[in-house]
Amino acid sequence: MQNEWPLWEVFIRGQHGLSHRHVGSLHAADAEAAIRNARDVYTRRNEGVSIWVVEASAIAASSPDEKGPLYEPSNDKVYRHPTFYDIPDDAGAM
Amino acid sequence: MTDPLFEFLCRLGDNTLVLGHRVSEWCGVAPVLEEDIALANTALDLIGQTTMWLNLAGEVEGAGRDADALAFRRDVWDFRNLLLVEQPNGDFGQTMMRQFLFDAWHVLYLTELEKSSDARVAAIAEKSLKEARYHLDRASETVIGLGDGTEESNARMQAALDRLWPYVGEMFDSDAVDMDMVAKGIAPDPGTLRPGFDATVNPVLRKATLTRPESDFAHRGGRSGARHSEHLGHLLTQMQWLQRAYPDATW
Amino acid sequence: MYAQMIKSTGQNVKSPEEMDPQERAFQERVDAGEKIEPKDWMPEGYRRTLIRQIGQHAHSEIVGQLPEGNWITRAPTLERKAILLAKVQDEAGHGLYLYCAAETLGVSRDHLTRDLLSGKMKYSSIFNYPTLTWADMGAVGWLVDGAAIMNQVPLQRTSYGPYARAMVRICKEESFHQRQGFDIMMKMANGTEAQRKMAQDALNRFWYPSLMMFGPSDENSVHSAQNMAWKIKMNTNDELRQKFVDQTAPQAAFLGLTIPDEHLKWNEARGHYDFSEPDWDEFFDVLKGNGPCSADRMEARNRAWDEGAWVREGLLAHAEKKKARKVAAE
Repeated sequence: MQNEWPLWEVFIRGQHGLSHRHVGSLHAADAEAAIRNARDVYTRRNEGVSIWVVEASAIAASSPDEKGPLYEPSNDKVYRHPTFYDIPDDAGAM
Repeated sequence: MTDPLFEFLCRLGDNTLVLGHRVSEWCGVAPVLEEDIALANTALDLIGQTTMWLNLAGEVEGAGRDADALAFRRDVWDFRNLLLVEQPNGDFGQTMMRQFLFDAWHVLYLTELEKSSDARVAAIAEKSLKEARYHLDRASETVIGLGDGTEESNARMQAALDRLWPYVGEMFDSDAVDMDMVAKGIAPDPGTLRPGFDATVNPVLRKATLTRPESDFAHRGGRSGARHSEHLGHLLTQMQWLQRAYPDATW
Repeated sequence: MYAQMIKSTGQNVKSPEEMDPQERAFQERVDAGEKIEPKDWMPEGYRRTLIRQIGQHAHSEIVGQLPEGNWITRAPTLERKAILLAKVQDEAGHGLYLYCAAETLGVSRDHLTRDLLSGKMKYSSIFNYPTLTWADMGAVGWLVDGAAIMNQVPLQRTSYGPYARAMVRICKEESFHQRQGFDIMMKMANGTEAQRKMAQDALNRFWYPSLMMFGPSDENSVHSAQNMAWKIKMNTNDELRQKFVDQTAPQAAFLGLTIPDEHLKWNEARGHYDFSEPDWDEFFDVLKGNGPCSADRMEARNRAWDEGAWVREGLLAHAEKKKARKVAAE
């Protein structure tokens, strides 16, 4: 039986101006229906003000095997973090 | 004679009460999980609207009855809902067609009620309208999708339309209660809403490849309470059972 | 629990020396509290066990809509009706989240649904019991949701990322479910004599089936040991059952209701309540499909699925036509 509705990933932007965040998935026949379903399934408790849906099969994802090469190089770039710099308290808020 | 305002508020509250009850019958057995959840949202909206309309009705009546007393302790002849909303769910297509026809009318009516001279009516209408607009959007798209879908879904939607069309006309009836509301600036004459209804419904039916029935014959008797269908009594038998069986209990 | 008697590989838990390097690395990640994500390598047994467990959990939510759905049209006030409807709707949502988590393991929701409808996959034994009075809505919320929460809260820390995230969302939404049940019980227990009688009757009927939700003792089960090593089971059945009894006994006393167990007694030395085991023969009968409502539940789910087929097909056909029209127009 090949008549299952496609799977969609749902992203919702909340009240407080943050970026759209992945909240879960659902099934729908098409994109418009997916948005309506997302409204009914994922905003029942006032969670959002904007909805994105993406067909799950359209998402390109990084491979877990590349975790080392992809993310570890950033581990030693500690100078990118504010805590790297030792500023005396006397200098005031920064 | 009963206060026309009370009568008018019961009509609004009984519509949403009876339709909300019908829609809630789907909980747990809808064709797909996403629809199950969406139908429950619709029912919850309608129950919320019922509480507001019937509480106001009770306040206007001034006999100490609240929304629960009105919902659970009146018999069939006291109900003022449209015949359309008490019709059984049938299949999912019939449920969505009933929802669509009701929503198309409801949105127009609430839009006028937002301008009501009675601030309480206007406030409830404003809140309800946001919900009704979404219901109409969802129901329209479902009617289009199923009408345009497969041969079977098209046939079922046409059957649903044919079955329910005779209950459309009652939504545009006017009587002495309506005229009183018009005179006081509380509510519009329902008869004036028909062109707007046709303008909403016709394009959707066209996109759904459905044929609007030729006859505009209309059953009447719901909103006046003169002659409900047999279905309402059975609905109330279930809905009111606990309150009737244990009249001295609080829940 | 919502997932009962989940079979694992059936072998003893391997020692690190017996594992191949990939398996050992996997187990080390689990031990370190790292989350396993869909595309990560995982032992086939882990994947299959998770599909069974999450699938059964999802089925339980969906079938679990029915005993409470049974009272939506008879709820005694508009507010009670709205609360009950919102709660049963949440259960549909929870089923949906869980099916989605299972889908990340490479099985489709329709496939899982067909396995439920054919009887190949199970759902929790508790939903095969009837809801006979309004007090049962209270008892189900108080006892059944109470028992479910005992299990679900630790599962937020389960090793499989999508499952853990679904549980976080579920636990957050579920927090009102048990409270609304207890609220109904309070009203009933403090109400008229008929209401008090209903409340006691509901407790009598739901007490032992609630204890059964945790499943029989699994202290010596190899399945359980493997599932705990994989962190897809967080506590033994007995631990959770004891915790449930310890929490519930004082609540029953608060309501002025009597738990139907003459051996229920606080044991000072253990620091726990002693209590009687449920009838495990009944439990196994229910699991075999001989619960009081088993046939009704399966019929209801099958009917909903069969009668909904034309809707699912119709909307999909429309979506395909729409897509084709759009392509043709371009």
